[in-house]
Amino acid sequence: MATPRTNATRVFQNRAFLWVCLVATNVAVLVLAVLLLSIFWQGFGELDWDFLTKSASRKAEDAGIKAPLWGSIWVCAICALTALPLGVGTAIYLEEFAKRTRFTRIVQTNILNLAGVPSIVYGILGLTAFVRMFGLFGSNLENAIELGNPESLFYLRLPFGSSVLAAGLTLMLVILPIVIISTQEALRAIPSSLRSGAMALGATPWQTVWGITLPAAVPGIMTGAILAMSRAIGESAPLLVVGSALFLRFTPENLMSEYSVLPLQIFNWAQRPQAEFHALAAGGIIIQLVVLLAFNGIAVLIRQKLQKPLL
Amino acid sequence: MTSPVPPASDLTSGLPRGGPGTPLDLRSLGRPRSVRTRDLRERLIVGSLAIAATFSVAVTFGIVLVLATETLGFFRFDEVSVAEFFTGSEWNPLLGAEKHFGIWPLVAGTLLVTVIAASFALPLGLVSAIYLSEYASPRVRSALKPALEILAGIPTVVYGFFALMVITPLLQRLNPALEGIADGAFVFGNYNALSAGLAMGIMILPIVCSLSEDALRAVPRGLRDGAFALGGTRFDVSVKVVVPAALSGIVAAFLLAISRAIGETMIVALAAGGVAQITANPSAEVQTMTAYMVQIFLGDAPAGGVEYKSSYAVAATLFVITLLLTMLGQYILRRFREEYD
Repeated sequence: MATPRTNATRVFQNRAFLWVCLVATNVAVLVLAVLLLSIFWQGFGELDWDFLTKSASRKAEDAGIKAPLWGSIWVCAICALTALPLGVGTAIYLEEFAKRTRFTRIVQTNILNLAGVPSIVYGILGLTAFVRMFGLFGSNLENAIELGNPESLFYLRLPFGSSVLAAGLTLMLVILPIVIISTQEALRAIPSSLRSGAMALGATPWQTVWGITLPAAVPGIMTGAILAMSRAIGESAPLLVVGSALFLRFTPENLMSEYSVLPLQIFNWAQRPQAEFHALAAGGIIIQLVVLLAFNGIAVLIRQKLQKPLL
Repeated sequence: MTSPVPPASDLTSGLPRGGPGTPLDLRSLGRPRSVRTRDLRERLIVGSLAIAATFSVAVTFGIVLVLATETLGFFRFDEVSVAEFFTGSEWNPLLGAEKHFGIWPLVAGTLLVTVIAASFALPLGLVSAIYLSEYASPRVRSALKPALEILAGIPTVVYGFFALMVITPLLQRLNPALEGIADGAFVFGNYNALSAGLAMGIMILPIVCSLSEDALRAVPRGLRDGAFALGGTRFDVSVKVVVPAALSGIVAAFLLAISRAIGETMIVALAAGGVAQITANPSAEVQTMTAYMVQIFLGDAPAGGVEYKSSYAVAATLFVITLLLTMLGQYILRRFREEYD
């Protein structure tokens, strides 16, 4: 050991470190404040009803976010409808049914690894698997197999092309590991005495899961699902790869429609050199943040209201 | 949902309703299901859950398959050689008469931005985590945690916008002082690595902070009490006892944050510029692996051409690097975890 420190040094060290801590933590808070304020400063003037109800335009004063807003809603709805059943099902299987075999260990490690894959790589998988369907139906959309009338809501086309369906499924790939991991944690938090009780009453394993474990885990699962969805709303890199439109005047009409999403519209505006478009980007960011805050708020509410102690 | 536990009748729907003493109404029993049907139903459900679980494995196979076949296709072009790809220091698929595909400029660009982000976020995140876990009162904690959670939820395109609109103009205020140094090599342009790196640092800060804090809080109280009993100050206890005890978790948090930074796309696509070059100059324009992919997929190259295919080789490189980091993090967590209970 070095020479023994005097009491004064020790006290000074302690004090100094506390100051370092305070400064570091305050930097984080300060950065958040600067970030939010600077965006509100730039974008607040854009916010009015027209901004929400007008679509893209070459002229900054006529531009709005109607098309990307609806695009985001469509894409995220598809993403939620596919990712939640698949993710929750996987988690239930791994936590409640699977025996601890080599296979389940591989699946488990695999899910952790998938959570670390950059989102743009999922975009590449989505491009091949959903947009082009591995080239099984020819390499361009002219030879696509069509089901139903292109005008109707139930129009389907194989391959999907750059459609809202392909985008929603690609985002599903991105958030699937997050949904699985958070659901597993929620299920793990349920005391096993509840399961034993149900089994003792003669319930089958599935009846135990459906009647006892799942309802008890719903708050945890919902919180995880909402946080996963807030990730999906803000995700833009994979959608850029699967061919989201950057300039679109129309809202989607069916699963095969072209689409644009909010974060990519922001990206498009931010990229342009003119200052008017930067203000539009800031306006779009405010809308995006409001949606996100609402999502986070709901998650916090669920956590507080529904999570009752189980034992 | 009102109560986490459903009424018992859901489980005992085959049994008569009503409390003890109610006369048994045989009609309420319904037709008992046979054990065979029940078992079949059970098996069908568990089977479909197992299929759902296999899907995640299929996703991995899909990624590997697509990246491998397309990358092989890229290497089959005459302009491309495997040796040049892994050792070359020139990357100019879109300009110039002679195309060069050497991955190092893109890796170097990614590395520069990531190093800037890490040197901002790792120390700051760790110190904030120590403060939150060891010093802060519950009241302060409950105010600071949501701030960090908000930071964690902000879409990355917002950080890109912030880098372009706020950080870069701030850095450019230094330009008059920098013009004299090295013939103005350090003057900040509209796109530079430092601004993108700092924005990326802000992005990964909440990841570093909250994961490190989890690791610190998992250290049992007894260790702290023992250190205090030996006469340690709060600084001694937190820095010399708690941090070493949580080191595996902290390192894993660092690795996760770094792999996030490497895979981050929108910030660098907006703020770092588009010149693929090997440089350590933070005021220079650099292109990262992800930014190059954005450039290609935004339509700068015809589909099927060698430039287009090169983005798959870049994606494969990116995938391998992040996968190795993730696996290293898991290994460190498993191998070096200190168990105290």
